Amino acid sequence: MTTVTPAPARAATGAARRVRRTPLAGRAGVFAVMSIFALYTLIPVWWLLVTATKNKGYLFTTNGLWFSHFDLWANIRDVFHQQDGIFARWLLNSALYSIGGAAMSTMLSAMAGYALAKYSFRGRDLTFNIILGAVLIPDVMFALPLYLMFSEVDLVNTYWAVFLPSIVSPFGVYLSRIYAGASVPDELIEAGRLDGAGEARIFWRVAMPIMSPALVTIFLFQFVSIWNNYLLPLLMLNSDELQPVTVGLANWREGVNQGIPYNVTITGAFLSVIPLIIAFLVLQRFWRSGLTAGSVK
Amino acid sequence: MATRTPGDALARPVAGSTAKHTSGRGHTRSAVLLLAPFGLLFTAMMLAPIGYAVYQSFFKTNRSGLGLGPSTTVFAGIDNYVTALHDSRFMSSFLRVFTLGIVQVPVMLGLALLLALLLDSRGAAFKKVFRQIYFLPYALPGVIAAIMWSFLYAPSVSPFTAALRHVGLEVNFLSDDLVLASIGNMMTWAWTGFNMLIIYSALQAIPGELTEAAVMDGCSGWRVAWHVKIPAVRPALILTTVFSIIGTAQLFNEPAVLSQVAPTVSPTYTPILATQQSADINNYNYAATQSVILALLTFVLSFGFLKFTQRKGTFA
Repeated sequence: MTTVTPAPARAATGAARRVRRTPLAGRAGVFAVMSIFALYTLIPVWWLLVTATKNKGYLFTTNGLWFSHFDLWANIRDVFHQQDGIFARWLLNSALYSIGGAAMSTMLSAMAGYALAKYSFRGRDLTFNIILGAVLIPDVMFALPLYLMFSEVDLVNTYWAVFLPSIVSPFGVYLSRIYAGASVPDELIEAGRLDGAGEARIFWRVAMPIMSPALVTIFLFQFVSIWNNYLLPLLMLNSDELQPVTVGLANWREGVNQGIPYNVTITGAFLSVIPLIIAFLVLQRFWRSGLTAGSVK
Repeated sequence: MATRTPGDALARPVAGSTAKHTSGRGHTRSAVLLLAPFGLLFTAMMLAPIGYAVYQSFFKTNRSGLGLGPSTTVFAGIDNYVTALHDSRFMSSFLRVFTLGIVQVPVMLGLALLLALLLDSRGAAFKKVFRQIYFLPYALPGVIAAIMWSFLYAPSVSPFTAALRHVGLEVNFLSDDLVLASIGNMMTWAWTGFNMLIIYSALQAIPGELTEAAVMDGCSGWRVAWHVKIPAVRPALILTTVFSIIGTAQLFNEPAVLSQVAPTVSPTYTPILATQQSADINNYNYAATQSVILALLTFVLSFGFLKFTQRKGTFA
């Protein structure tokens, strides 16, 4: 649903056409309010874009919201040369954590959500409620004790320390259960059983294809939440080599007073945002369907 | 893709799909097998840490010889909790975040609701473009957005400070008086669009007949919004409020980044920062206690809000 389609009922009745059109003044007012908030949203990002093109000499002396000397390529080169080119490594780490974690998480959520939606067994509702309850507990509650537990088993400062906790997504199970319940017909499952297919085969061959749009949504949400994670990797990792780009850049920000150039940090921040913005614009309809779940009666 | 979902399962957890379920007997094993991978990891990564934190919070580590000698762990009962409740810096971090939340969450959600209603109104133009613009901040990682704002607030490079100086105002966004409002602004900027989209999706799902009827009866746009649309998106408003309460309680990225550049943001500025500081100085029992208190309070607030809204009449 990338385009705004009016609900069928709105278009279908002739009533809409008989109603007075909204007066021009009203429409202008609506447009004004929406534009003001659009500016509020865009100005910081615009500043980031403009500033990423400035050499550090011009950063302090030129208008922050307009271009001066275009040095974007030199800045990008500086970003990838800073600290022996570790920035590329950070991007790769972020990609590994996010893609791997989101893929695993989607698979597990699909299986669990389908089981909770399509089988009745004792303790099913309790199980689901416990999983939902976990959504209401702040991350720090898990992050800090996990750090202590992982240090007992020597997992701290390894890929696993960030990867394992990212696989678990209660919200993913919630979405997956809703979609499985709403879109996988019981009749199809029964038909599969009559044909002699095993439960696993029915899940793979019947349910998964039907659930695939929801799975893309779950993947996206989890991908973004892992890419954006800061507290967990900050606690778990001390080695620069393992850090995702969020932790790395925050360290550079801290180092601005100790000689990390301003323009490197700002351009680095700009670069780390681009892949996500592209992903968002391209895959928008999946976001909307994910956000709709649970907010619509 | 189904945009209509059976019931608001978050607000009424048991109201899933109430359609007939595939017969249980004989298939329980399959269900358990399907649930097992998630269940095991969920137990290890979420339930176990909670148990571990609670367990740790009832113990104390005594170090002999100026902290250099051997350490002994002893049962401490509720000592750590008593210490935390008397810890003025920890308690004031709660008060600070609560003050921020009680102002910022209603402002943000009010704004999100207004924008969603405007987007849904018949007078709106360029809907798609506006929707994309509002959702843009959600695409920025929280800590990256915080880094961006830390520069936007920094007196030396801030375009806003420069602009205000032009009109003769000297404003420091990181000063003692303004820094909390500055953090509130970062949160509002980051999350308003996300919340707007949830509310807007719910508005889109209102049956057309409902609003048509109201308009035919001569209701103005505002009255339709007030009497028909807002009651209809109540579940979405509840959901966004709960998410916002949890999000505010976890406030970390913004103050963590600002504390590196603004002396006004102390290392114990928010409960999570305070907890992290305890962990940094190897006071793990106390850090565990602090995280248990934070989690309990957050859970009580968000769950309490859910229960409170459910008691007030039925869902519209």
